[in-house]
Amino acid sequence: MTKELAARAQALPPPTERYTLLGWVHKNLFSTWYNALLTVLAFGLSYALLKPIIAWLIGQSQWEVLKVNFRLLMVGQYPMAQMWRVWVCLHLLAAIVGLTWGIWVHGRRLLAAVLLLVPLSLALLPTISSPTRLFLLGLDVFALIAFGLGRLRSLALRRLAIWSWVVYFFLVILIITGLNPAEGWFPIVPTTLWGGLLLTSLLTVVGIAFSFPLGVLLALGRRSRLPAIRWVSVGYIEVIRGVPLVTILFMASTMLPLFLPSGMRPQLVVRAMVGITLFSAAYLAEGVRGGLQAIPHGQYEAAGALGLSGFHTMALIILPQALRIVIPVLMGQFIALFKDTTLVATIGLLELLAISRSVLAQPQFVGFQREVYLFITLIFWVFCYFMSYISQRLEIALGVGER
Amino acid sequence: MEKSRSLRVQSSIPLWRDERFLRILGQAVFLAILAAILGYLTRNMLTNMRQQGLGLGFDFMRLTAGFDIGEHLIPYDRSSSFLRAYQVGLLNTALVGGLGIAFATILGVIFGVAQISSNFLVQQLARAYIEFLRNIPLLVLLIFLYTAVFIKLPRVKEAVMLPGSVLLTNRGVAIPWGIPTETFSLYVRILILGVFLAIAVGGLLAWYGRRTGRAPLTLLWSVLTLVGIAVVGWVALPDSPLTLDPPAVQGLRLAGGRQLSPEFMALLLGLSIYTSAFIADVVRAGIQSVSQGQVEAAKSLGLTTIQTLRMVIFPQALRVIVPPLTSQYLNLVKNSSLAVLIGYPELFHVSGTILNQSGRAVEMIALVMATYLAISLLTSALMNWYNRRVRLVER
Amino acid sequence: MSPINDLQQTPVGGEQPIILCRDVHKWFGNFQALQGISMEVYKGEVIVIFGPSGSGKSTFIRTLNRLEEHQKGQIVIDGIELTHDVRNVEQIRMETGMVFQQFNLFPHLNVMQNITLAPIWVRKWPKEKAEEVARQLLDRVGIPEQADKYPGQLSGGQQQRVAIARALAMQPKIMLFDEPTSALDPEMIKEVLDVMIELARSGMTMLVVTHEMGFAKAVAHRMYFFDQGLIVESGTPDDIFIRPQEDRTKLFLSQILSH
Repeated sequence: MTKELAARAQALPPPTERYTLLGWVHKNLFSTWYNALLTVLAFGLSYALLKPIIAWLIGQSQWEVLKVNFRLLMVGQYPMAQMWRVWVCLHLLAAIVGLTWGIWVHGRRLLAAVLLLVPLSLALLPTISSPTRLFLLGLDVFALIAFGLGRLRSLALRRLAIWSWVVYFFLVILIITGLNPAEGWFPIVPTTLWGGLLLTSLLTVVGIAFSFPLGVLLALGRRSRLPAIRWVSVGYIEVIRGVPLVTILFMASTMLPLFLPSGMRPQLVVRAMVGITLFSAAYLAEGVRGGLQAIPHGQYEAAGALGLSGFHTMALIILPQALRIVIPVLMGQFIALFKDTTLVATIGLLELLAISRSVLAQPQFVGFQREVYLFITLIFWVFCYFMSYISQRLEIALGVGER
Repeated sequence: MEKSRSLRVQSSIPLWRDERFLRILGQAVFLAILAAILGYLTRNMLTNMRQQGLGLGFDFMRLTAGFDIGEHLIPYDRSSSFLRAYQVGLLNTALVGGLGIAFATILGVIFGVAQISSNFLVQQLARAYIEFLRNIPLLVLLIFLYTAVFIKLPRVKEAVMLPGSVLLTNRGVAIPWGIPTETFSLYVRILILGVFLAIAVGGLLAWYGRRTGRAPLTLLWSVLTLVGIAVVGWVALPDSPLTLDPPAVQGLRLAGGRQLSPEFMALLLGLSIYTSAFIADVVRAGIQSVSQGQVEAAKSLGLTTIQTLRMVIFPQALRVIVPPLTSQYLNLVKNSSLAVLIGYPELFHVSGTILNQSGRAVEMIALVMATYLAISLLTSALMNWYNRRVRLVER
Repeated sequence: MSPINDLQQTPVGGEQPIILCRDVHKWFGNFQALQGISMEVYKGEVIVIFGPSGSGKSTFIRTLNRLEEHQKGQIVIDGIELTHDVRNVEQIRMETGMVFQQFNLFPHLNVMQNITLAPIWVRKWPKEKAEEVARQLLDRVGIPEQADKYPGQLSGGQQQRVAIARALAMQPKIMLFDEPTSALDPEMIKEVLDVMIELARSGMTMLVVTHEMGFAKAVAHRMYFFDQGLIVESGTPDDIFIRPQEDRTKLFLSQILSH
């Protein structure tokens, strides 16, 4: 272990070694006899594991099941006529991401190109219908326009970008739900029709939008000078963190109606959202608390000495710094929340995992578990990996920041 | 100095501006609102329950369960009580939790160290393993392992035999198992004696270490004592205390050995590898937290590599590792509740069945939550105790 | 004998002290940090407080704007008594500015925002007015060109000068300095002291906890020597430097002046 530490401490190998392949191979794979043994072992192990998988991928796998059920997996039973609303949400997202990219990210051309190529290449697939093709191309167009706008980097645009992220979360809920209770323009789509990746995303969005403020409040409560508020916050956080999410979801689905006046029965989706929010808030609170603890006491004193009230001190001095510190931690929590939405399958909501199960229950597709589950694993993996990638970039960007 | 009254000093503070009063008021208002909300919810609950003709209480736990549980560590059948069923679930959770923690730790340490290996291939493989597992939902992994791996194994007739007489079939995995003979109970007593002796050796060495200021390999010698007695006992007894019972295919079913259901295998494997990815990162962070200066200082004092590891790096890394490691262990135990979707009868699954059979939602949810909470709080308490101890030693 | 500095002779104050402390006590748990401090400060006076670490000098100056709560005794600032009355605390904090050893600038705000924050949110000034005042103050402390920088980009001396400007922006009647140069590299101490001396000569009432005896000699009206939570000795710089009465004062002075 010390050897490895020592090896890591050498920042760059001498130039001669850097440029010869053989030298590199020797240094990194066969430097000592046990390193050579490890290399051979690792190679053998990965070969034994990967060979059957690749053989299956090339030879036996059949992806018909995904083609037939693609829409179901993506949006569940969301009505065909209202699909444009999902697209509007995606277009808005593309625009906001483009704007953010233009203002803060600048470079990262390769990643940007990959992101732009995904809709483009999908649009070029022969099986795609022409409206979908237009919608897909629209994603790139909006992203590029917003990116160009973002390059102006004016202060107003910066504010716009931040606020549009905040507003976006609530806007999505509104667009997907609808307004008009009657038939006609912009009708309400019953939550029972939501499903697939759409439902997964909505649960995540709602979870983030509501658990974040609650988490901040709990974190502040936990550090309050007033014992009553402190102990209630501590109790809440510890109890929630001490039990599995399934029990909370179960409680939300079966017991929430019991706690409400008789006759009031919120929809199952709403109950699940309540459960996820209450759960996630406790974890976010712990994350935010870490940030609050990192703020030196002198900041409170300086604010107090200037005459700022407790509220102003928190809102203007402490929270902006604390939240900036814990952005990576919060991103980690959001990733966890995204993964945790799969648990609503236990209470009968048809999010991505549950709808996969029902797809596999179709008589003609029994036995295609590998294909379907690999596909949704891939979806989850790509989303989570992308989020954690962004979080790492943020961490680096903030590390060289003002502090 | 004499107190002059000439100053315009205000003597009494209005109540609404007195910070002491405001502090009490704030808390009182907060508690009152909280109590009002809780009271309202409780009243609703009681009204609703009365309307549905439900009462509160745990008497129903003595009623006959009336359902089967596939796997139980203690005797159980459908005529057992709900309480018994709950205990069966709790023990199954403990089994999966204990084994899962053991496997996850072993895998996690291996991959954690591999991550900072100087061997490029090993390092990249470890990173791939961790990056893959960390970014997928555990539930997807469990269901994949269950429905796409363990259920898809060959039928019993075509069972795959792995080296060491391990049988893989779609009905489960069978491993060789020992059957106790007459000398088994005697052997158990020998083992208990061995444990006491090992503790005694450990204590003696620790005392010797404190007295001389050296750091003897306390744990190693304790374990060696135990292993030595175990081996000597096994050899010395006239009959060996266990006879090996390898599994075999008998017609359409498996016989002999220990049979592990696909549900159990999927859950154990899934929990172990998923948690191991998180533990690997904890271990890596712990090792990297020990600064290079510490290694150099130890080397310059003339400590050998092994001594540096054991007396300098390890104790410091452990301090960083243990708290997040504990929370990963707790996550594993809590995550075992996901078995409800693949049908392994652990605590949450069994409790759900009890709830459905008895209709006692409030009691059962409260009981399950209290059980998990008790496990968590107990672990946290141990954690805090350990942390305090380590910190005292270090400072 | 000629006085050490010209300010000692300046007639100061009115009939009533701007700071009045009577028998102030403070405990931290069982440890008594202040064992009965009494002090009167008149408008325009510059007071230097010095003493060994742990003598309670910082604690005392921090009780004056309620960063620490005194448990016994009386503190009256500009006619307002420091009590549990939240409005009094609020008013006193608006009338006193404080400069800390560790600067305590807000790292997420730039220099201009650091200075204008309190005037805008507490004094409710319009942003333009606050920025105008801030620019004048930055001029006065000698770093007008740094307005758009963040604290992390400034040297320690520059940060401390921003901190002084930030405190002055609230237009306080009293300035409290808690070891303002102790965290600075030697070459930066002078630039901060110069600002403080200018401030003292402009007639600001100042309480300064410091070991910079040059500063004390230059502008202090009176000096207080603290030890173990008590005022051991007080007087003009002449009294303290030329004819100290107490052995402890002599010893301490010889220690800090010897190098």
